[in-house]
Order: sequence, then C-alpha cells, then structure tokens
Amino acid sequence: MITFWILAPIMVACALGMVAVRKAVHSALLLAVVMISLAVLYAVQDAPFLFAVQIIVYTGAVLMLFLFVLMLVGVDSADSLVETLRGQRTAAVLVAIVFAVLLIAGITQTTIGAVVGLDEANVDGNVPGVASLLFSKYIFAFEVTSALLITAALGAMVLAHRERLTPKPTQRQVVRQRMLDYTERGIHPGPLPSPGSFARHNSVDTPALLPDGSASELSISRVMRARGTVRDVSGDRAIEAAIESDAKQLERTHMGGAPGEPDEHRLDGGDR
Amino acid sequence: MSPTPFLVLSALLFSIGAMGVLVRRNAIVVFMCIELMLNASNLALVTFARQSGNLDGQIAAFFVMVVAAAEVVVGLAIIMTIFRTRRSASVDDASLLKY
Repeated sequence: MITFWILAPIMVACALGMVAVRKAVHSALLLAVVMISLAVLYAVQDAPFLFAVQIIVYTGAVLMLFLFVLMLVGVDSADSLVETLRGQRTAAVLVAIVFAVLLIAGITQTTIGAVVGLDEANVDGNVPGVASLLFSKYIFAFEVTSALLITAALGAMVLAHRERLTPKPTQRQVVRQRMLDYTERGIHPGPLPSPGSFARHNSVDTPALLPDGSASELSISRVMRARGTVRDVSGDRAIEAAIESDAKQLERTHMGGAPGEPDEHRLDGGDR
Repeated sequence: MSPTPFLVLSALLFSIGAMGVLVRRNAIVVFMCIELMLNASNLALVTFARQSGNLDGQIAAFFVMVVAAAEVVVGLAIIMTIFRTRRSASVDDASLLKY
C-alpha cells in the first residue's frame, strides 16, 4: 500500500503535466513515467506477467513508436494555443472534472465486498495461470488477435507506402541539375558546409564560420534554427581574439626582446 | 489492500486522458491521451482481478494491451499520411469533410 501512496501522486502529476506541457516530446516522456508506475502497480497487485508486458509493450515498443513518429513529423511542431471554438478549453476541463467526480463518487459509494486475493489462482505461478486460461477459455479471442495483428501490420504498410509519381533521377540528371542551379541561381554545387569544429565546441549546434568571421546559415540544420538552439559564435570570436592577444603578450614578456623579432633573440640565447 | 484507492486512481487517470483528448490539438498528443485512458482501464481490470480472485481480469487487460498496440501502429501510420499531405499534425487542419 505504501508503493501505491508514493506512486499515485506522481502518476496523477505526470498525467496532468502530459496534458498541460506544450512540447509533444515532453508529453511522451511524462507518459513513460505514468506507464512505468502503472507497471509497478501491476506488480504490487500480483500480476507479474502484466508487469513485464506493460514495460516491454508500452514503454518499450509503443512509446518508442510515438517518439519515432514525433521525430519524423518534426520536433519543432509545437501545439498552437489558438482556440478554434471559443470557450472549448474551459468547457473541456469542466466536463473532465465533472466526469471524474461522477466516477469517483460512484466508486466510493459502491460496496465492493471482501478482497479474495490471487494467492489461490497464482498457486502454480502467475504466468502458467494466465497461460492455462488464455489457451483454454480464451483460445478463440487469442486466435482472433493474430488476425488483428496481421491486419494492423498490413494496414501500417499500406498507409506508410508512398507511390513514386515521377521516375527516379539518374546520376547524370542530378549533376546536370546541380550545374544548372549553379549557373542560373548561383547555388553552390558542392556539399553543404559542415557545422563548425572549433577548439571550444565541436557540436552540431555550432555554425561554421565564413572567411569574414560571420556564421554560415547553411551549416546548421533547419530544425535547430526553428527551435532557436543555434549557438551564438560572436562571443567566441571575441574570446578567441582576447586569447590570441594574451598569447602574443606572454611571448613578448618571456622572450624579453623587442616585439616583432623573437626568433632572432632566441637564436642569440642558444649561442651563449 | 482495499481496491477502492486503485479504482479512484484509475478513474482520475481516465478523466485526465479524456480531458487531454478534448483540450489538445496535436494529433500525436491526442493519441497519447487515448493510450493513457486505455492504461487507466487496464489498472481497473487488474484491480478487479485481484478483488474477485481469478485471472480473467488480467487476461482482459492483456487483450486490451494487444489491441492498443495494433491501434497505435495503424493510428500513427494514419497521422503520418495526413502529415505528408498537409504538412501539419494538428487535428484542426483535417477538416475537409466540414465544407
């Protein structure tokens, strides 16, 4: 029961956060917390098989699928806050609260009777118990499930399939198109510049620098620009210049010679 | 362990999921809220299985999970197809049948 009282507030908070948070990826992560907590609650309630299935199927497969589609659709697609129907949001929250109150009132008013517990049903272990029931009483439902899974797999393949409407361009055509773009619109025919690799940062959010020291827009992914997470390199340039001038000054003081001719001085010192 | 707190939690999670379906505009988040509702009903099923002392409730929860997995696969494929044609995952943009 302690497990329940620890997990229940976390689950409710995460579920509320999932609805309230704006970014879809954050919603998915909060949903993962709810699902893992649910798995623990299954384990507490003598259902070790469902505990494993919950973690493998839900947090393992389903949530990964969600994240996968989120990445395909674009992480930068945040929810719009514009209401299409006026007052729909408040009405929805109100309806949900009324529904919850109704359900909870119904549950608390009902006398459920004594808890039998699963000790007797789980004598041979939970998994053999579930299996013997699944392959005798529920065998037809189990068979139908296989048809459902095959249909789902086929449906996903049909829906995700994209017809090729134009013939695939050959390598020759690709090159010709690139050179045409270069002559007509001045688009560089070579590959795009890679994100900058400096002594200070080599991550993909650091743009490459053009010869004049400004950041190259082409070297940064479109998604990062949309999310506004591109690193500002103008500060780095100032630091670099400061370090360079410091180094020059150090060189001068250590060599002790006149600036501009440290090599000569060193040769002298070696001779003596 | 009385089953009532578990059932109350299940009801709460279901209501939160229903609220999310009504409030959110992003189709993927709406889908996640539906998953939350399915999970909440699973919790009620497992609780009733323990309360009545047989494993039928757990079997039902297992079938709900199978159906939910199949539903997610097809649903996400549909969302992908809609996104490909409209460049948007918002449920408000797929309103062509209205006109």
